Amino acid sequence: MNAPTPSRAEREAALKGMGFARRRTEDARFIQGKGNYVDDLKLPGMLFGDFVRSPYGHARIKKIDISKAAALPGVKAILTANDLKPLKLHWMPTLAGDVQAVLADEKVLFANQEVAFVIAEDRYIAADAVELVEVEYEPLPPLVDPFKSMAPDAPILREDIKDKLDGAHGKRRHPNHIFEWTVGDKAATDKVFADAPVKVKELISYQRVHPAPLETCASVASMDKIRGELTVWGTFQAPHVVRTVASILSGIPEHKIRIISPDIGGGFGNKVGVYPGYVCSIVASIVLGVPVKWVEDRIENLSATAFARDYHMTAELAATADGKILGLRCHVLADHGAFDACADPSKYPAGFFNIVTGSYDIPVAHLAVDGVYTNKAPGGVAYRCSFRVTEAAYCIERIVDVLALKLNMDPAELRLKNLIQPQQFPYKSALGWEYDSGEYPTALKKAMQTVGYPALRAEQKQKREAFKRGETRELMGIGIAFFTEIVGAGPSRNCDILGIAMFDSAEIRVHPTGAAIARFGTKSQGQAHETTYAQIIATETGIPADMIAVEEGDTSTAPYGLGTYGSRSTPVAGAACARAARKIQAKAKKIAAHLLEVSENDIEFDVDRFQVKGLPEKVKTMKEICWAAYNNVPPGMEPGLEAVDYYDPPNMTYPFGAYICVLDIDVDTGAVKVRRFYALDDCGTRINPMVIEGQVHGGLTEAFGIAMGQEITYDATGNVQGVTLMDYFLPTAVETPVWETDHTVTPSPHHPIGAKGVGESPNVGGVPAFSNAVIDAFAHLGVTHLQMPHDQWRVWKAAEKAGLVS
Amino acid sequence: MSTQAKTRVTVNVNGRDMSAEVEPRTLLIHFLRENLNLTGPHIGCDTSHCGACTVDLDGKSVKSCTVFAVQAEGSKVLTIEGMAAADGSLHPLQAAFHEHHGLQCGFCTPGMITRAYRLLQENPKPSDAEIRMGISGNLCRCTGYQNIVKAISAAADVMASQPRKEAAE
Repeated sequence: MNAPTPSRAEREAALKGMGFARRRTEDARFIQGKGNYVDDLKLPGMLFGDFVRSPYGHARIKKIDISKAAALPGVKAILTANDLKPLKLHWMPTLAGDVQAVLADEKVLFANQEVAFVIAEDRYIAADAVELVEVEYEPLPPLVDPFKSMAPDAPILREDIKDKLDGAHGKRRHPNHIFEWTVGDKAATDKVFADAPVKVKELISYQRVHPAPLETCASVASMDKIRGELTVWGTFQAPHVVRTVASILSGIPEHKIRIISPDIGGGFGNKVGVYPGYVCSIVASIVLGVPVKWVEDRIENLSATAFARDYHMTAELAATADGKILGLRCHVLADHGAFDACADPSKYPAGFFNIVTGSYDIPVAHLAVDGVYTNKAPGGVAYRCSFRVTEAAYCIERIVDVLALKLNMDPAELRLKNLIQPQQFPYKSALGWEYDSGEYPTALKKAMQTVGYPALRAEQKQKREAFKRGETRELMGIGIAFFTEIVGAGPSRNCDILGIAMFDSAEIRVHPTGAAIARFGTKSQGQAHETTYAQIIATETGIPADMIAVEEGDTSTAPYGLGTYGSRSTPVAGAACARAARKIQAKAKKIAAHLLEVSENDIEFDVDRFQVKGLPEKVKTMKEICWAAYNNVPPGMEPGLEAVDYYDPPNMTYPFGAYICVLDIDVDTGAVKVRRFYALDDCGTRINPMVIEGQVHGGLTEAFGIAMGQEITYDATGNVQGVTLMDYFLPTAVETPVWETDHTVTPSPHHPIGAKGVGESPNVGGVPAFSNAVIDAFAHLGVTHLQMPHDQWRVWKAAEKAGLVS
Repeated sequence: MSTQAKTRVTVNVNGRDMSAEVEPRTLLIHFLRENLNLTGPHIGCDTSHCGACTVDLDGKSVKSCTVFAVQAEGSKVLTIEGMAAADGSLHPLQAAFHEHHGLQCGFCTPGMITRAYRLLQENPKPSDAEIRMGISGNLCRCTGYQNIVKAISAAADVMASQPRKEAAE
């Protein structure tokens, strides 16, 4: 006799589907040292490449002498721009419609730019040879300050395009100008500002930072000349796009190229772009016919691949005297460095910065963004955020606080007064987005209630009075951020990368024994896709998550997809996953009806089985159906149980959240102590609460690093500074605050399972919450804004400027 | 500079004597990864800050990017590959990192667990603050440390209540 049927709850627990805090399947290899990262790869005959880099920010290359280096035993080849020219690979297209030098062509444009690529038997010999390459430079005047880039007498940086004033995004006004991008109704906005009773304006700069994943960028290229096949293992967040670009660049047909992203040690946007190191390892392997590995060191990582932010935002709000926001006007000066290598959807030169109206019902707005060249590293990636959304959230959340101060109104009260109301969704913003869903006031009120907001404000007031009386040397700051993200790029009508629509894909193959394999066009860098995609499939098909293998990152096996960044995996590939699983379920239902000899209409799905309606004893489990799919399908049906889905999302998703930070500042030392940080996130349907919480912890820690210490600076001569981990602030466990997480659930109405994506929200909301808290500590002294990062020195200087220390 | 004469180095790694010919300048991390194919410990920086390369050398945590292989001659080294018991069962720290979601991308994990192992030898019942200080030489970019602290604390409890199962050293 069969064992008694397990209860529904028991079957759900065994399934480990959506909503279950399933422990991660990927952990087993990582906790035992058996991860497989790019630098772990070792191939027979493999050589090692290393770069000769520019010591100047701007200089003409007079001569490159490789003779001493080439004579060093163990050195196999040295590539310069002249060697790449015949192959037309000395320049490469960027994702933003510009070109970037693979190896410096006649001049260098930023400190640590790639000048020559040395290939040797091992990394020690390669490093020795790099020292022996002699390059003669003629220094040129550096351009470091973006505000001076379009001056009439500014040095022209990009001689290659100086006469080409028709850029990828329209007219360029100056040889150092890249684009101007405008959105919104200028006339209507200007009119509102002309008539408004209250106006505020602030220059809000978001400093240049770097995502700095713990694993740096790396690649191993292996050209098989006999088969004409190129295989590249690399730190690629978007392997299929890399394959397409590699094919276009090299002329090797796309089916002869295999791109593999093995385990990736964090990405955070750093691993979206295509870098000279990848190209050089590929070229070297093609030239030498053996595998060539390239791994950047940390200094190279921080100084040459993929900076983020560097936005100088002049924001203005117009409002009524009682705090109703009437309009927003914003200009951004975007410092792109030497090449426009932003990783944005092609039609959006400033990403989705036009989400800058934030979570507020702002009737009119106008935005203009000017991108400019400087002698700095190229990049402009989305460091754990959707494209330029972090900058936008910082801008609006800062300027709302500035307005609150001007109105002498509580910043929470001002936000509550202007939040988009639930009945306004779908909400069309003044700058063109259609927000899908939100319960904003509920979220903010819950956050305020949980932290005891009025009591905190009362305490702050008392503490300020105690400070005046000389009883304490601490200032207390309370920072609020209410953010709305725009993620899940995206709909093909407006989102593409080099012409490829930003859909994503899932393929599920169910095996006869009731196990399955699923493959995706995305690529986890730590986000637990192997765990969470399986949970979606489990809920939708009734196959236990533990019986589902998830694979990503190999272009020879995975369906084409646009990769993982901009919180797009759950909104796009997660949707494809659910839809593919539903196709499996639909076919399984027909098989069940056939096996149970009833009409399909008389069958219903129940967790892990199909049963005849009203006859719960007449069932076929999914496991039985999987077997039958291979030997007993209804007449006329194809055998097998597989599905593929390519999902073109109808809209973006709009996760949101309310964050509150409470901190204390010792004015005599500038030390900031975060007392409490509460983060409420609404990412719609929650697939795995444990993974979500982990994502929020990590994103908040990155936000803490950015707000309180991260900055990559250049001195007046174009030297890059602070690009080791000695100087660049990556928080340790000691500085990192303890995080309190919470949530509300407002599903996305257009997503198959209602999920919105969460990985980047904490970075987007965290930075303004920290920054607002630090500035709030000084607000009673008339301080409206302080430049990030709020490191100890800057905070102390703020206290000094406010006359608190002498 | 040029290639230097090689020296034979023998190190007891995870309970077994292992040797290779290396240059005097070869770093211990490269000896482990390149010569011995132990790719658990990773390289995340150039300045001994990240701790991804942390291994246990003669009963002390070291950053193996800051030790020459020749300095480890005759020493005992424990890496993440030697953490599980001889029968293959996970060390309580490994199990706790899994149970408490103490890892995401996994790149810092080998160094983090190896460091936590030594921390718990030195201080079997650490407070959260002591754990945070104890792992401050190991950077994690994904987890925000909160679940790592939880995992180490939980492992300490398990280790206190169970007969000690030696790592394979």
